[in-house]
Amino acid sequence: MSTMEQTTEHEETGARRRDFLFVAAGGFGVVAAGAAVWPLVDQMNPSADVLALSSIEVDLAPIAVGQAIKVKWRGKPVYIRRRTPAEIAAARDFPTADLPDAQSDEERVKAGHDEWLVVIGVCTHLGCIPIDYQGDYDGWYCPCHGSHYDTSGRIRKGPAPKNLAVPEYTFINDFRIKIG
Amino acid sequence: MTAPSRPFEPKNGFVKWFDQQLPIFTLLHGALVAYPTPKNLNYWWSFGFLAGILLFVQIITGVVLAMHYTPHALMAFDSVEHIMRDVNYGWLLRYVHSNGAAFFFIVVYIHMFRGLYYGSYKGPREVLWMLGLVIFLLMMATAFMGYVLPWGQMSFWAATVITNLFGAIPLVGDAIVSLLWGGFAVDNPTLNRFFSLHYVLPFVIFGVVILHIWALHIPGSNNPLGIDVKGPQDQVDFHPYHVVKDTFMTSVMAIIFFAFVFYAPNYMGHPDNYIPADPMVTPAHIVPDWYFLPFYAILRSVPDVTIFGFTLIEAKLAGIMAMAASLLLLFALPWLDRSPVRSGTFRPIFKLLFWVLVVDVVILGIVGAKVPDDIAITIGEGGISWLIVGQLTTIYYFGFFLVALPLLAKFEKTKPLPESISEAILSRNAKA
Ligand code: HEM
Ligand code: FES
Repeated sequence: MSTMEQTTEHEETGARRRDFLFVAAGGFGVVAAGAAVWPLVDQMNPSADVLALSSIEVDLAPIAVGQAIKVKWRGKPVYIRRRTPAEIAAARDFPTADLPDAQSDEERVKAGHDEWLVVIGVCTHLGCIPIDYQGDYDGWYCPCHGSHYDTSGRIRKGPAPKNLAVPEYTFINDFRIKIG
Repeated sequence: MTAPSRPFEPKNGFVKWFDQQLPIFTLLHGALVAYPTPKNLNYWWSFGFLAGILLFVQIITGVVLAMHYTPHALMAFDSVEHIMRDVNYGWLLRYVHSNGAAFFFIVVYIHMFRGLYYGSYKGPREVLWMLGLVIFLLMMATAFMGYVLPWGQMSFWAATVITNLFGAIPLVGDAIVSLLWGGFAVDNPTLNRFFSLHYVLPFVIFGVVILHIWALHIPGSNNPLGIDVKGPQDQVDFHPYHVVKDTFMTSVMAIIFFAFVFYAPNYMGHPDNYIPADPMVTPAHIVPDWYFLPFYAILRSVPDVTIFGFTLIEAKLAGIMAMAASLLLLFALPWLDRSPVRSGTFRPIFKLLFWVLVVDVVILGIVGAKVPDDIAITIGEGGISWLIVGQLTTIYYFGFFLVALPLLAKFEKTKPLPESISEAILSRNAKA
């Protein structure tokens, strides 16, 4: 049959062209599928209004030495603690290198504002809210699986792997901070 | 398909006409009437039927609850109270749905242990077994998300702890958690998507159940002796034998079920879930729903994995891997246990270890509800903590599947199998 002969004749060039078309069409299909799936996945990420709510200002004046308050930021509690000299000393006297998540107290506060400790009140184990002025180190204690944090919010004992996170914040003046 | 024991011969003219164009009546007749089953099925074979009934109950009560429920962080808790107090029979519908979920798990756990004991996962039923596991995983996801909907303290903190588990995945963990939450913490977007998924997953389950039954009807049911059917003398039809037997079992279950619904509707729940969700305060002691407790215990039992004082895998990740493994290894069960004898009745050592496993899983469930550092068994001053009990029972769980089953397949001396199902029944009757 003539058609048969034709195919054999053009086999080499024809096949190459087919390969190209096949790969091009396949590649295009994969990109198209990705483009269709991504919006379906990304819609689950935080939406613009959720992201917009991300900074707050807090007045520190009412907080006495030896007292802590809890404010809500991005749907999570943030502890702001005005530490006593003894609490600061307790945090600084312990050798940093011996901590599970080595970080000095100085790194966790703003220079010149050493009495103020600002930490996110979310246990780094599985996200429970630790209770302040509790536990073996009088910092925080997480009731869920027993993590103990010190007066710098650093993990000292228990299953949590990391120190309580310090959020991004700045001092607007000595008694006012902006978180976020 | 196992051929129906007798052909479908409709007398009704409409049925006949319809069935010629779409043979759905023939299909149902073959599946529910003339489906030949082994003569010797015992009551443990009713639990699949019971699970089907409960899926139906969950879907019906769920759809009507959704007519009154509001999936919003500010309104969800109140809308559930509205269901309880204002909606006509709302309390009944909600209690049937929440206790229905618990009973669904009891029934499915029994169904699975039945399969394990009688070797129903072995060829030619591996696909059937694996489809069952898919249903089980989907059920767990559905029930977890359903538990979040009332937006009480337990709902909220269970959602927080479980979603945080994904944060342990290296590199992409945090991105995944934020994707699941739709925010910086469990909040309204999380509740809203959980409701959407909780609504749709049961219908996905329904679809997989159809496949599960299809896969069952190809080889037909296994049986307590675990030997193959030799011919019609070994079989009886589904109708009327199992229709009657399963209806009886449904009644028994209904009596126990409604005893809970009417007299102890919150027995299997947690009182803290009647406190509205508060993202600023964690309850002193949080636990998942009871049917997840054995897996939760495995999760918490695993310590840091270290080599020469160097931490290879942090406890958090290792725990998740162990929990995932405890579920996923069930998919490998047909290949872990290569013993040619199906039924535990003829496998003395397997039988013993099986019952130890049942007790082991119950203990794991108890451990999951306890504070790990509390003392379980007091010895003098100190004692053995729940953590240690959890670790020992976790080791047995994995040991049973990964060590004992492969070894037993090689070394166990099994008892002689009967000639056929009908021969076994006749000789037992003769003895009696
Ligand atoms: C596989 C089947 C299902 C399971 C295992 C299941 C499980 C659950 C559980 C454990 C709860 C929490 C109960 C409580 O604490 O009060 C719940 C709540 C709820 N479910 Fe389901 N469910 C299923 C099917 C459905 C379906 C099909 C729908 C709707 C289409 C639905 C709608 C709801 C609603 C609206 C709630 C919240 C009201 C409440 O708290 O009682 N469920 N479900
Ligand atoms: S969540 Fe804090 S110790 Fe587990």
